[in-house]
Amino acid sequence: MTTNTTRDAATTAAGTGPVRAGGGTSVLLRDLTRAFGVTRALDGLSIEMAPGELVALLGPSGCGKTTALRIVAGFEIADTGSVLVDGKDISSVPAARRDMGMVFQSYSLFPNMSAQDNVAFGLRMRKIGTGGRRKRAGDLLDMVGLGPQAGQYPHQLSGGQQQRVALARALAIEPRVLLLDEPLSALDAKVRLQLREQIRTLQQRLGTTTLFVTHDQEEALSIADRVGVMSNGKLEQLAAPDELYTSPASAFVAEFVGVMNRVPGELRGGGMVTALGSTMPVRGHIPDETPVDVLVRPEDLTMQVVEHGNGIVTTRTFLGSVTRVGVQLDGDVAVQVDRPSAESAALAPGASVSVSLPGQPVLVATRRVS
Amino acid sequence: MVAVARGGSGGIGPPRRGGFRGVVPPGRYSTTWRWAVLLVTAVYFLLPLWAALRFAGIGAFGSVISESGFTSSLALSVRLAAITTLVTIALMLPTAVYVHLRLPKLRRLLEGITILPLVIPPVVLIVGVLAIAPGFIKSTPLLLALEYVILAMPFAYRAIDAGLRALDLKTIVEAAGSLGAGWGSTLWRVLLPNLRTALLPATVLTVALVLGEFTMASLALYQTFPVWIYVNSQTSGQVSVAASLLALFVTWIVLLAITVLGSRQSRKTGGGEVTLFTVAPTETRGD
Ligand SMILES: Nc1ncnc2c1ncn2[C@@H]1O[C@H](COP(=O)(O)OP(=O)(O)OP(=O)(O)O)[C@@H](O)[C@H]1O
Ligand SMILES: [Mg+2]
Repeated sequence: MTTNTTRDAATTAAGTGPVRAGGGTSVLLRDLTRAFGVTRALDGLSIEMAPGELVALLGPSGCGKTTALRIVAGFEIADTGSVLVDGKDISSVPAARRDMGMVFQSYSLFPNMSAQDNVAFGLRMRKIGTGGRRKRAGDLLDMVGLGPQAGQYPHQLSGGQQQRVALARALAIEPRVLLLDEPLSALDAKVRLQLREQIRTLQQRLGTTTLFVTHDQEEALSIADRVGVMSNGKLEQLAAPDELYTSPASAFVAEFVGVMNRVPGELRGGGMVTALGSTMPVRGHIPDETPVDVLVRPEDLTMQVVEHGNGIVTTRTFLGSVTRVGVQLDGDVAVQVDRPSAESAALAPGASVSVSLPGQPVLVATRRVS
Repeated sequence: MVAVARGGSGGIGPPRRGGFRGVVPPGRYSTTWRWAVLLVTAVYFLLPLWAALRFAGIGAFGSVISESGFTSSLALSVRLAAITTLVTIALMLPTAVYVHLRLPKLRRLLEGITILPLVIPPVVLIVGVLAIAPGFIKSTPLLLALEYVILAMPFAYRAIDAGLRALDLKTIVEAAGSLGAGWGSTLWRVLLPNLRTALLPATVLTVALVLGEFTMASLALYQTFPVWIYVNSQTSGQVSVAASLLALFVTWIVLLAITVLGSRQSRKTGGGEVTLFTVAPTETRGD
């Protein structure tokens, strides 16, 4: 219920624009499976979304994100499992009557209608009179900052403008759930950033429960309340962005989100592992197969400049407050280590360094055969 | 078939720009040639018309209109053209959309089937249909209109198919669905308006075909305009030639009107350039 309170406060503060009555909608995806021939696009996917929450679905190409979204929208039918909206199973409700706003990856505006008519289309389908339609469509176009472009046709709008109209069109019907399938992927970096913030602001103001599909981890981490990382049709972890980064539940999540080093390690039994000369506890799953690698983030490795250390600096990349240093370790292992930029003057390529692990619990994964 | 032949090769619709530019380097040489070809073609088409006009004389036009059967046969032909066009679109549009969305593998097959009417002689079609058609339908223009629908199928399907390929059909249909549109609304309010550019050439060809078709109409004993002209030509040569010319001009005006109206709409929505056989989608902006 904390979400509700903050949302109401935000709505009041924002003042203008449509405000939905009552609380948001809860959504539950329960044990969804869907196979296309031999491909298991979804393999027991479950996600619970709180009212007003924005959940991002993140995962590599082909892991089933779009399929999940399309099942919620009603364009695809799950082999087993169900989708519950506010506790009611909607599996038998056709897409046209699910009240879900959808924004697609490709430009989906109706080419024969002006921006205004595109936004008003859903209202027209709901038999709302001309006056009401025009007013609401105008309000929504203002909300996405496209009031002056109301009369223009899609081919006269830029890609970013088209996606904003598509967003306004999806929001015009006051959807119970907003579904976004990589809405920003066709746009250039700058427009993408602006629109991402706009989507988040609007979503919070309206309190619409939103499922946002993306394969861009930065996008997912920056926009979502919680991020669900998928792989092979399954949910690997569903957690807040910071938790996902600092305590990934599996090696897959660890490597998919952020930068991760692999350092050869040796299992010691009793849940311990040795790597780079230190021994530490294993966190999470212990692989049955050997050899193994220890997973460690660039900022978690320690490094000193020493003569005859265990590595040689190969690259140095300035990233602002930190500098990322590439190090070639003995035994043909390359790692990246982050150091405060102020302390990295001596770390020129060719310098001999000693890299070590601080002894915190680490994630361990079976070594990849390459 | 007069109108079809003239209408087709005469090239109604905006001329395609820069047709030869890619092959022959621009210059006085190619320009001269272009005009020469144009002139020869024009003479080839216009000379017979001019001769016909000389033969009939202006006076004959007056008597054509007062001739018995003129109005009724012309009205029948126009009505047939309208019914045929509507039935063709009503049948072909949903079929093509369904095949595109759900059975994309059958597209080739359907394309093949729709070509069949071109290789089956109209005589065969009409004789077969007359043998089995129930009596009540034989007495209405509907029988002939349905036959014409079959004749128009090759053009109509191709045009609609091209139009659908130019759209992101799946996304558009799903977008309409998510906004609450059923199949009817999606077809009527979203797909049909977007296919205007594609349907235009189909309509033009269908109308031209119906206004000029002779074999089926005469075998099925309908007095359509071409049949009436033929019947009349046996009583008065001059009047019937005047009637043919009149028919030609009426057809041209109808086709021109359809084309102009359609292109205007398409320019507004950026739907693409209209030519008789192709729909060239214009680039949509997107950055
Ligand atoms: N209609 C379909 N017919 C056959 N296979 C399909 C169909 N839709 C999806 N698939 C398969 O299911 C798997 C998951 O597809 P999906 O589109 O959900 O992936 P995604 O996570 O959205 O990927 P991307 O990031 O590339 O969009 C893929 O292997 C895909 O090939
Ligand atoms: Mg996808």
